[in-house]
Amino acid sequence: MGPDSLAAHYRDDFPILNQKVNGFPLVYLDNAASTQHPTCVIDEVARYYREDHANVHRGIHALSTRATKLYEDARARAARFLGAASAESIIFTRGTTEGINLVASSWGTANLGPGDIILITEMEHHANLIPWQIAARRTGASLQYLPVTGDEGTIDWSLLERRLQTDPIRLMAFTHISNSLGCINPVREICATARRRGTVTLVDAAQSAGHAPINVQELDCDFLVFSGHKCCGPTGIGVLYGNPTLLTDMQPYQFGGEMISRVTYESADWKPGPHRFEAGTPHIAGAVGLSVALDYLETIGMAAIRANDHHLGRLAYEALSSLPAIRILGPKIERAGLVSFQLGNIHAHDLVAYADQFGIAMRGGHHCNQPLMRKLGLQATARASFYFYNTESEIDRLVEVLQAAIQYFGV
Amino acid sequence: MEIDELYQTIILDHSKRPRNFGELPPPATRGEGYNPSCGDEVVVFVNRSPHGTIEHIRFTGQACAICMASTSLMTTQVKGKTVAEALGLKRTFIDFLTQDAAPAAGLGNLQALGGVKKFPQRLKCATLGWHALEGALKNCAD
Repeated sequence: MGPDSLAAHYRDDFPILNQKVNGFPLVYLDNAASTQHPTCVIDEVARYYREDHANVHRGIHALSTRATKLYEDARARAARFLGAASAESIIFTRGTTEGINLVASSWGTANLGPGDIILITEMEHHANLIPWQIAARRTGASLQYLPVTGDEGTIDWSLLERRLQTDPIRLMAFTHISNSLGCINPVREICATARRRGTVTLVDAAQSAGHAPINVQELDCDFLVFSGHKCCGPTGIGVLYGNPTLLTDMQPYQFGGEMISRVTYESADWKPGPHRFEAGTPHIAGAVGLSVALDYLETIGMAAIRANDHHLGRLAYEALSSLPAIRILGPKIERAGLVSFQLGNIHAHDLVAYADQFGIAMRGGHHCNQPLMRKLGLQATARASFYFYNTESEIDRLVEVLQAAIQYFGV
Repeated sequence: MEIDELYQTIILDHSKRPRNFGELPPPATRGEGYNPSCGDEVVVFVNRSPHGTIEHIRFTGQACAICMASTSLMTTQVKGKTVAEALGLKRTFIDFLTQDAAPAAGLGNLQALGGVKKFPQRLKCATLGWHALEGALKNCAD
């Protein structure tokens, strides 16, 4: 793959990138927070609202039939994207956070109790940490952590095997790609290890679903969650994949319209399948937009996107390493397309505000990883995160501006 | 550039060499400011004289340049003031940062933080130390 081959082909599909910010061409490096939308997604959402919108699953009329078909086609699309055997195992959510909350609430309440252990890692996003704190508090289970060592963010995964042999670990929930470290966890091996001991697994794929090929049958995970807006789709729509056997036994998460089969004044029965977990009118346009986004990504090719990500991540790591007094988090090799760092004594918010004056959009903060940041002795870092529309020259530009920031603030 | 309005020389100076930095032992009272969006923390310590004025003030914390400078400048400005005067200055300062035509009278060096007006997302940084001050003053037993 030549340099910038994906950006050369696809960058023009993203109209938002073609603008100036503070007088400079926008350099959008905040993709781990949210990616941008290609014209085809923007157009399809607009077309849906102009031509096909009605409520789903309850109307007999033409528009409702069309909207229902689009919504259910999107479910099938998401299933294909994840390599799921059936669309029945795909639940639409508001995003990764809601997906995890759904599992923690529905599966957790019924399957966790005193003495049980919920195991997660120290690098989890707050979205894959706080729901388990609450589930543990509610059920009497204990929340425990696999430790992260050093700035590289290494986890000794052999600990999992040992702990599974001796401890009643009911659930292993972990991130595929860390949003603050950029490391890639060995999902398939972790799930296989857990499977041998009958431990249920949940994969937080927020940072990976739009960035690498994912096949839930090959990974053999029980739950996997991601957000549409981190893979070219709209905000407010996300996907929860659930192992069909587990989903069948799970109680609904919210209650109301759309999810019931028969209701009396005294009681109600739930619909089978994913609809049981989708109370109320769903984000139909979001699902429709996400479906087109997934088509778009697969046209490019998930393996090509992953290779491009890794290329940019490695390039950024090397280029930033040349700066004085820089502390980069995460591994040197096997790195995803994001780099989070502390530059001398410059506070991340000052650095990000400075870069913004030159049109560079980065994230500065704790990245919803407060406990990890505290453990590493950091308050906040700046983070540059890439997608296939970013170019090598944008990384050069980032380095230039960081060098200027060092002059400006001193390190 | 607008960035130079935000990071004026005096701001960069106070952020690198904060005045009145450190702790005060009890019976000084303390107040804390915490910014959940970046994890910044500032703790302000205050001793009041028998006349009710702020006799000693110091602060600790790790924060961005805007927050460090604002808190540092604040400590230099409120020393010797009564509680009412200090809280009045806090109001004047916040009005100055948030209202278009608010008077800057009495703000002195604090006017250097006027650049924050163009960066509303940094308002919390500029006021964190002041909220900590208010907490420390409230914790003074009369």
